[in-house]
Amino acid sequence: MDATSPRFPANVREAFSDSQLQRALSKVPSGFIKKRADARDRLPEFDALRDQARDIKNHTLAHLDLYLERYVDKVEAAGGKVHFCTSADEARATIIDLCKSFDARTVTKGKSMIGEEIDINEALEGAGITPVETDLGEYIIQLRHERPSHIIAPAVHLNKDQVEADFRRVHSHLPPDRVLDEGSSLVNEARQVLREKYIAADVGITGANFLIAETGTSIIVTNEGNGDLTQTLPKAHIVLATIEKLVPTLEDVATILRVLARSATGQEFSSYTTLSTGPRREGDPDGPGEYHVVILDNGRSGMLGTDFQHMLRCIRCGACLNHCPVYQAIGGHAYGWVYPGPMGSVLTPSLIGIDKAGHLPNASTFCGRCEEVCPMRIPLPSMMRHWREREFERHLTPQTVRWGLGVWSFFAKRPALYRLVTGIGARVLSNMAGQRGRLRSVPMAGGWTRHRDLPAPAGKTFMAQWKARAK
Amino acid sequence: MEGTGKMSTSTPKAEFIARLRRSLKVSGDDGTRKAAVAARLGTHAPNLVPGRAEGNAAHRQKLFIEQATAVQTSVDNVKAAADVPAAIADYLRRHNLPQALRHGTDPMLRKLPWKKGAPSLEVKEGRADPADEVSVAHAFAGVAETGTLILCSGPNNPTTLNFLPETHIVVLEAADLVGTYEEVWTRLREKFGEGEMPRTVNMITGPSRTADIEQTIELGAHGPRRLHVILLGK
Repeated sequence: MDATSPRFPANVREAFSDSQLQRALSKVPSGFIKKRADARDRLPEFDALRDQARDIKNHTLAHLDLYLERYVDKVEAAGGKVHFCTSADEARATIIDLCKSFDARTVTKGKSMIGEEIDINEALEGAGITPVETDLGEYIIQLRHERPSHIIAPAVHLNKDQVEADFRRVHSHLPPDRVLDEGSSLVNEARQVLREKYIAADVGITGANFLIAETGTSIIVTNEGNGDLTQTLPKAHIVLATIEKLVPTLEDVATILRVLARSATGQEFSSYTTLSTGPRREGDPDGPGEYHVVILDNGRSGMLGTDFQHMLRCIRCGACLNHCPVYQAIGGHAYGWVYPGPMGSVLTPSLIGIDKAGHLPNASTFCGRCEEVCPMRIPLPSMMRHWREREFERHLTPQTVRWGLGVWSFFAKRPALYRLVTGIGARVLSNMAGQRGRLRSVPMAGGWTRHRDLPAPAGKTFMAQWKARAK
Repeated sequence: MEGTGKMSTSTPKAEFIARLRRSLKVSGDDGTRKAAVAARLGTHAPNLVPGRAEGNAAHRQKLFIEQATAVQTSVDNVKAAADVPAAIADYLRRHNLPQALRHGTDPMLRKLPWKKGAPSLEVKEGRADPADEVSVAHAFAGVAETGTLILCSGPNNPTTLNFLPETHIVVLEAADLVGTYEEVWTRLREKFGEGEMPRTVNMITGPSRTADIEQTIELGAHGPRRLHVILLGK
């Protein structure tokens, strides 16, 4: 997909003036945040499990080559096949070749962010194959030709009345006078419509939350059961996964599963956690006849051994999005590519380049809540800082910002001069504000004062006050 | 796709893995690294296991029921296998559901006295048909810590029974109710062998649900709307 990340400031302005979006976003804090906090409080070991989850992934990444070899051996021993793809192009071509080998006309899909990353739906359509998203949120946004705005709640930017309008528009074979104003009636209608698609599909494509080296198993974690119908009913199951999904053993995956659902939705466990190992076996009455795993790199190996390796621990729970004041204000689409919020601000520059995604690591107040809630203890703010430094080094920051930072650093390196100038500044601003203590407008600070007053300084700098107190 | 030949759509395995090694600045022959990996896979030692499921069978049962009912699973305690058909018929009656069900060729389910215990029940065997409204499955295990059912696929246990029908009834023998996921992994290794798994292991915690529309939970998104457990034994 063409990233709109370079137009981030314009995207943000659009998001602020979108009243439907703002209405939908207002529900994020009361939902996800409270549920996660309650789940954490119910499990005394929660924070200790986060430490272990981090250590498990660190160990796995350090030995990724060896665990991947073992994983592949086990998949093949179970009758599956693994395809290695370095780029999005290779993954698309591999999947299309596979679908063609099954004479596929329709493909059902479980929710997969990697699928979004490689634009698999467009590629399938281009090859004359119809992709059908089966996760309810993904189905809704597919009908609207939109992108997910959240990594676990793709349609979180929409309200019920919008979904109703879409269903009436697309499901035109159903009676026009049917009642659809309740969430339950919308869910039932989608259930009915998609049921036929599952049965008709030739191939089912799912993502993977984890790949287990010990057993050659892929895991999906869902609540709807759509992923299970997607992978069980068709002739073939294709798993699309990236290299960092590997974990060593069943014990290791249990630890990470214990923090995943709690961080994501505040559930103790998701409704369906499904472990798949190979295709249908001798005597099995159902299950896919073939089982293929497409392992994608797409830039991730370049993050190994760098400042950004931490990011490969991410398990896509979405907690950092839910807790981010910037995400809460602008939603996911403004970030302009597949991954929004703090995790996207770190990952997107790695995958599409800091020249295109330079705005994203700047879209942070550095409040630190993302790191505080991350189940894998990923140091998101410090990695955003790394990106800001690289952006500056590569002269990608705007001229005015560079000039401003240059002036500041000139004074900051000369403490006596710094104190003199800030002392004068504080006195001038304080005098300008007078009794009110606030400034309506300040020369060269219109960007701030157009929307709010600037609190005036106290008249003396902190250093001056400290000195006076020390006497 | 732009002129990609049939055989050249993917990267050879050796090249793919060599790239990982270059980034990590490691060699695949390093004995220390190999030993670390072999040890972890061989011992598969448990990490920190939450203490909430520690205790005797009565505690595990209480916790399982608490956790299961918190996610809208209903649980019926049935003392003897002979009483299971009647309990199922009664459940279906209470919920105004048809007196017809399907189960796999699981020996335990087959042995239940269906005709004698619930003469009005129509019982079919095999994989689920899209028209089936009720299925019955036999759990491999139950996990107290989160009220989770473990179902393994195999010739006698079709996976479709767990997802296609609107009402999913699972018979869980009390002796198969364990505390934690780790205990399930141990039982899987005992039954299927070290490093071996059944084709599908379903960990099921409550009926199908979605919160994709305005974060409001609705049951029965694609899978079962109702999940009912017959906990068999004392």
